[in-house]
Amino acid sequence: MLLKKTHLRDRHLSRVLNIGTPYLWLGLFFLLPFAIVLHISMAETALAQPPYTSLMNWVGDGVLQIRLNLQNFVSVFTDELYLAALLNSLWIALVCTIACLLIGYPMAYAIATSPERQRVILLMLIILPFWTSFLIRVYAWIGILKPNGLLNNFLMWLGLIHEPLTILHTQTAIYIGVVYSYLPFMILPLFANLTRLDFSLLEAAADLGCRPFKAFLKVTLPLSLPGIVAGSMLVFIPVVGEFVIPDLLGGPDSLMIGKQLWTEFFGNKDWPLAAALAICLLGLLVVPFVLMQRLESRIGGDEL
Amino acid sequence: MNHGRWKLYTFLGLGFAFLYIPVLLLIVYSFNESRLVTVWSGFSTKWYAELMQNQQLLDAAWLSVRIAATNACFAVVLGTLAANALVRHGKFRGRTGFQLLLTAPLVMPEVITGLSLLLLFVTMEKTIGWPDGRGFTTITIAHITFSMAYVAVVVRSRLSQMDRSLEEAAMDLGARPLRVYMSITLPLIAPALLSGWLLAFTLSLDDLVISTFVAGPGSTTLPMVVYSSVRMGVSPQINALASIVVLIVSVAVIVAGLSMRQRPATKSSA
Repeated sequence: MLLKKTHLRDRHLSRVLNIGTPYLWLGLFFLLPFAIVLHISMAETALAQPPYTSLMNWVGDGVLQIRLNLQNFVSVFTDELYLAALLNSLWIALVCTIACLLIGYPMAYAIATSPERQRVILLMLIILPFWTSFLIRVYAWIGILKPNGLLNNFLMWLGLIHEPLTILHTQTAIYIGVVYSYLPFMILPLFANLTRLDFSLLEAAADLGCRPFKAFLKVTLPLSLPGIVAGSMLVFIPVVGEFVIPDLLGGPDSLMIGKQLWTEFFGNKDWPLAAALAICLLGLLVVPFVLMQRLESRIGGDEL
Repeated sequence: MNHGRWKLYTFLGLGFAFLYIPVLLLIVYSFNESRLVTVWSGFSTKWYAELMQNQQLLDAAWLSVRIAATNACFAVVLGTLAANALVRHGKFRGRTGFQLLLTAPLVMPEVITGLSLLLLFVTMEKTIGWPDGRGFTTITIAHITFSMAYVAVVVRSRLSQMDRSLEEAAMDLGARPLRVYMSITLPLIAPALLSGWLLAFTLSLDDLVISTFVAGPGSTTLPMVVYSSVRMGVSPQINALASIVVLIVSVAVIVAGLSMRQRPATKSSA
């Protein structure tokens, strides 16, 4: 009896420790900051340290004055610059997600259906670039894409082109950089999903006279839908807010919201406007995020 | 092997070429003598020598390594606790919210995480006086917040694949849960802890955006130095640095991969 009591106490302690500590940390350093961002998005810029006004002021006689400034949100939605940046970010994320899917799916399929011994090595080759510095991988493309870079030199040596192509500092360079950097994020969940696929279903389809391509459309594709959605969200959501790639590879005409936020914050020192942009971006990403989360809780969440 | 299989493998090969050629070119041209990174003019290791003389860069690298190591230790503890909660405590109240909070940092655009943490630190400093200024502490806290989610993913998959019979045997023999966890569970999931630690370490070492937001004057990390140099254009020194980083990371991944492959007493070999 005594033994049982201590075990129950231990169990309770373990609950508090295991659930409570991460909860507390994330609540303090991840959730609470959003409330502060929302708060500051309604402040005004000021020449002070930190550079924004306080929302609440005691004006004497026990009167607390609260001043909410919605101007930042108005400018986000009326200023063509921010609107164009938002739309272009969504467009780039969409195009790149589809491109990653088209390249990543056959790769994940090839790895998932390869013999077990090779599979470990192939998977390691996918994971390796994922661990290698993001900044360095983006940097590698500058040397390749610039006017006198390796790609142009190679194409001119082949005689395919006679004048260097302008790729660096264009939207094309952003597409290349994003697909390159985010491809492993697409392949890993797809692989996790496809290895669990019951391939006897495909044999059954073939036995019943189904052509391989049709069997793929009718059996494999629907069954791998959770992997497709998980991979697409892992690419789409971070790419919408991407900063490094548009900054290093993109040009002046390729606006993205993450870069705009950075400029407002570090360049113009307009913290409230940057906060308003962050809130709008967050609002935009809530739908795909909740979609991903619901899917993950349905399939057990081992997809990464 | 049939026809379709060959096409699939060719595609896979092209995919790997796409993933690896840029990094390989980077390494090859780090041994290029010319300052013009993209024109080959002869073999040389002088950029590595120059790299070793660049004090600003070395200082930044040392700061980054210290932050990354501290971050990795905290992230492993918190991430493992979170994985325990998800695997061992089943359907507790608030599980959905817990999971949501844990996955959100994985996909959250870095500019949002960076900005929100900075505003938190500024507000905290104004109201409670801590953290006093920004630098090592604030960068480390920010890194732990997103690294622990990655650790949780790694540890969780190991924990849920683990064979529970040894733990049950120990329980039956009267060992208390904490003792069982320390002397049986932890050694069994140690490979996952190691790869979690390494992953947290490299993620931290690589982070530019979040660090830039929460860093103060005088706390310049390695990616910040690389970034400001890269904005000026390609430089052979950065190529040399990149090659060293790629080498270190490859060794880390191979160590982590090998340690994950030796899985005693697990029920699945997948």
